Parts: sequence; structure tokens; C-alpha cells
Amino acid sequence: MLVLDRLSKTYADGTRALADIALTVRAAEIVALIGGSGCGKTTLLRLIAGLDRASAGRISLDGEAIAGPHPGVGIVFQEPRLLPWLSVAGNVAFGLSALAREERRARVAHALERVGLAEHAGRWPRELSGGQQQRVAIARAFVAAPKVLLLDEPFSALDAFTRAGLHRHLLALWEESRPTVLLVTHDVAEAVALADRVVVLRPKPGRIDDTIPLALSRPRQPTSPGSEAAARQVLASLDRSLRPDDAPAGARPDATALWW
Amino acid sequence: MEASPHPGLAVAAPRARAAGLPGGRALLGLVLPLALALGWEAAVRAGLAQGRLVPPPSRVLGTLWGLAATGELWVHVTASLVRVATGFGFGALAGIAVGALTGTLPLARRLLDPSLQALRAIPSIAWVPLFILWFGIFETSKVTLIAVGVFFPVYLGVAGAIASVDRKLVEVGRVFRLTRPALARRILLPAVLPAAVVALRTGLGLGFMFVAAAELLGASEGLGYLLLDGQQLGKPDQIVAAIIAFAVLGKLCDAVLVALTRPLARWQDTARETL
Repeated sequence: MLVLDRLSKTYADGTRALADIALTVRAAEIVALIGGSGCGKTTLLRLIAGLDRASAGRISLDGEAIAGPHPGVGIVFQEPRLLPWLSVAGNVAFGLSALAREERRARVAHALERVGLAEHAGRWPRELSGGQQQRVAIARAFVAAPKVLLLDEPFSALDAFTRAGLHRHLLALWEESRPTVLLVTHDVAEAVALADRVVVLRPKPGRIDDTIPLALSRPRQPTSPGSEAAARQVLASLDRSLRPDDAPAGARPDATALWW
Repeated sequence: MEASPHPGLAVAAPRARAAGLPGGRALLGLVLPLALALGWEAAVRAGLAQGRLVPPPSRVLGTLWGLAATGELWVHVTASLVRVATGFGFGALAGIAVGALTGTLPLARRLLDPSLQALRAIPSIAWVPLFILWFGIFETSKVTLIAVGVFFPVYLGVAGAIASVDRKLVEVGRVFRLTRPALARRILLPAVLPAAVVALRTGLGLGFMFVAAAELLGASEGLGYLLLDGQQLGKPDQIVAAIIAFAVLGKLCDAVLVALTRPLARWQDTARETL
């Protein structure tokens, strides 16, 4: 269980990126963090990944405090961030240097199989498409068997068709080890396609505005009535989150189209 | 040319074709110098030019052949090569070490870099009188001059390459909890290698420049001595022969350096081919 307890982050220049974030994520739950730009989504993931320090509050994973990069936490960045001097298999194996060679090879082969890149194992990253590179990055994070996997808008640079394929690969990998997943996104359809729960953030400073449980079964169809109703619900909540704190309800009826 | 690891790849096809014609395109580059050389040879033979100050190719090659046959050429080549190799070795090692230090430690950069940049502004030849006073007129002063010339491009290249390593890749290392030595070995080192090789090649080129300068200023053997000797005895064919020997030697050393370092930056093969 991942617990964020009154987490705040103020940057050195005085910008308040996050204020009093309190969130509890059960094991194996997939939570989508959604919000307009500047609401601190990426900052939150960087705190959990241990790449930045929180100004106040604490993060704990199964009762253990997280203050730096933790073996139980993996992250997939917005860009693939593959090491160009390693082959695809070498990149996936990057975090496994502690394992014996045979074990490592088996895990890498299995993960590449799962993301559909088994025949590309010996290639250089530069020879792959953007979507394939991001699949390698996902395999690299999964292969270390993290308890918590953080995804920072990993599909935002890809076209809708590639994205749907990546959602399938992601869920296939998740099914195997069922880690807790925190997915940052600005795409309502993506949140509805993947998450058990959508957390809507409100900007300046970033804080939690709304939580929407999605009681939809998997696999999900984006066009099913359940998915469409959920998407409408998330959109309405996002719309509310972007209104200034003091504005009366319904002051900006066209905000649905403007939330990003 | 190295074969692509993936023969099916589209980019491999034109490369393979270029390799299929051995030197097909390189031959095109030989047309102009060959035409000039043959033209000059013909002009001298026809009596259109005297060829005393600009000797025809036949005479230059004859001189070169003569020097090689008596073994004199190899004495000079060996002397110059030993000086370049020693100076390059010291200069490159120091450049890599100091560059790595200032590239990784901000304190070292603030402490050392301003002084080094100031020293760099001095033309290396300006050190010659001082080096001769300090180290005498024999090998030590020459090797020191070459080492100083090699040091600066290597230092700048290595420090710059370390400073420009992508922070995003460093974060990947941090996420996987690499220790500092492991981070240096598995992320910084491979990221820096291609630029470091380019810096070494620049340094080697400067090494040859400074060996010529050092030998012109006083030596009893070496290709630079051959140049000076040709000037003083009025033998332009010997000067041109020494220049050709310098060109061939420099190109060969650069090719050896490229061949030795190729495995280090194999992943960047395509970029390196344009160098």
C-alpha cells in the first residue's frame, strides 16, 4: 500500500507545486492522476520516485518511508530515455545487474516477449519507432518487478492507434505481477481505459480536487455506455477543477473544451 | 567500413553498395591532385617551367625514394613518431584526467578552469624559450611542447562532453539506485566516449603540428629537421618529400586511433562516418 501523507513541494524560487496531497493507493490498484497543465502531476511522481525531496509530508510504501530512489518503485518517463549505447535487451536488463546471467536473460526475454519486441532484442534503440522505444522503457521498468509503477504521461507523444496498443501491452504486463500503478495523464480516455480510480488535481498549488472510482470490468471498450458515462463524469470534474476557487457554478459553461 | 548489425535494415543498403565499389568515390578526390601533379610534370619536361623552386613530382618521389633506400627517412620518421607518441600520451592522459575532474566536480571546475582557460590563450609556441631554459634543447623540451599542445583540446573536449551529458539519462541511473562509481561507469563514460574520441583526434593533429614546430626550432633528426635542412641547403624536393611524409604519417596515425577507438563508440557508427 502506497500512502502519501500531507505531501507538499515548494521549489527554491517560491513556486508552490503541491500542497497537502493525501492519497492512499491499495496494492494492485491502478490510479490515474489527471489535471490541467501546471497542477504538479509530474512533480508528484518525481517525489514518489525519490528523484526530488518533498518540502513537507511523507511517502511510505508498505509502512516504509521513501526518501530516495527505492527498489520497490519503478518509473516510466514521458520520453523513453533509453541508453543509446545499449541494445534493446541491454536496456531492459539495465536495472538487473545484481541478478545471475541466466536469470537476467530469462526475465529480459520474457518482458520483451510481453511487449511484442522479442525479435528486436539485438537492435539499437535508434532503430526503433517512438512507440517501440516506449515499450522497451515499460519493459525495463516492469522487469525489475516493482511494487509501485509510476507512469508519467508515457503515451502522450504517440498517436491514438499506437496508444491503444500500448494500453494493451501495459495491462498484459500488469496482469502478471499486479503492481500498484500511478498513471499521470492529461487524456480522459486513457484514464477511463486503464484506471480503477481517477484522481483529479487542481492547479496552483497542485492539490487533490476530486476522486472518481471507475467500477468498470476489464477488458474495457472505449465506446461502451459505461466507459462513455465515466468519461463524461471525469470531464465534468476536470471542468470544475479548472474554475477559479471563488467562481460560481456554471460560470464558464464552455470550459469543457478548454480544460487543457 | 563496418557491417551494420542488422543486414535487413534500410540504411544498411546504400552503405553496403558504397563498400561494394572499393574506393569508388575516393578515387574522384584523387582527380584534382593527380591532374595538377601530371600537369606540372609535363610543363617542366616541356621546358615551360624551370622546376627549380617547385620541383616536379618525379624529382620529389625520387628524393623520397632515395631517403627511404638509404634508411635515412626511417630515422627521421621514427624520431618524429616517438616524440609525437610520447607527447600525445602525456598530454592526452593529463587532458582526460583534468577534464574528468572539472567535468564532474563543480568545485574543481571553479578552482581550475579559469587558470586553464587563461593558459590556453597563450600560443603554445610562446612556451618554447622557457621550455628550452627549463628542460634543455633535447627531447624533454620538445615532448613537453607537444604535450601542452595536445592537452588543451583533449581537456576542453572531455570536460565539455561530461558537462553536456543528458541529465535525463543520469536520472535513469538514479532510479535504478546506481552508486556513484557505477553511475560514472555505466552512464557517464559511455555517454562521453564519442566526444572524447573526437577530442583525442584533434589533439593528435595538434601533436603533429607541434612536433614540426619543435623540430624546426632545433633538432638533429626528425621530419622537421629534414624540412629545415632542405631550406638551408636549397633542396625544395627534400622539403616537399618531408611534407608528404608528414601527411602520410599523420593520416596513418589518425586511422590507427580511429580503428582502436571504433569499438568504444560502435553505437554511434552512423554519426562517426561523417567525421
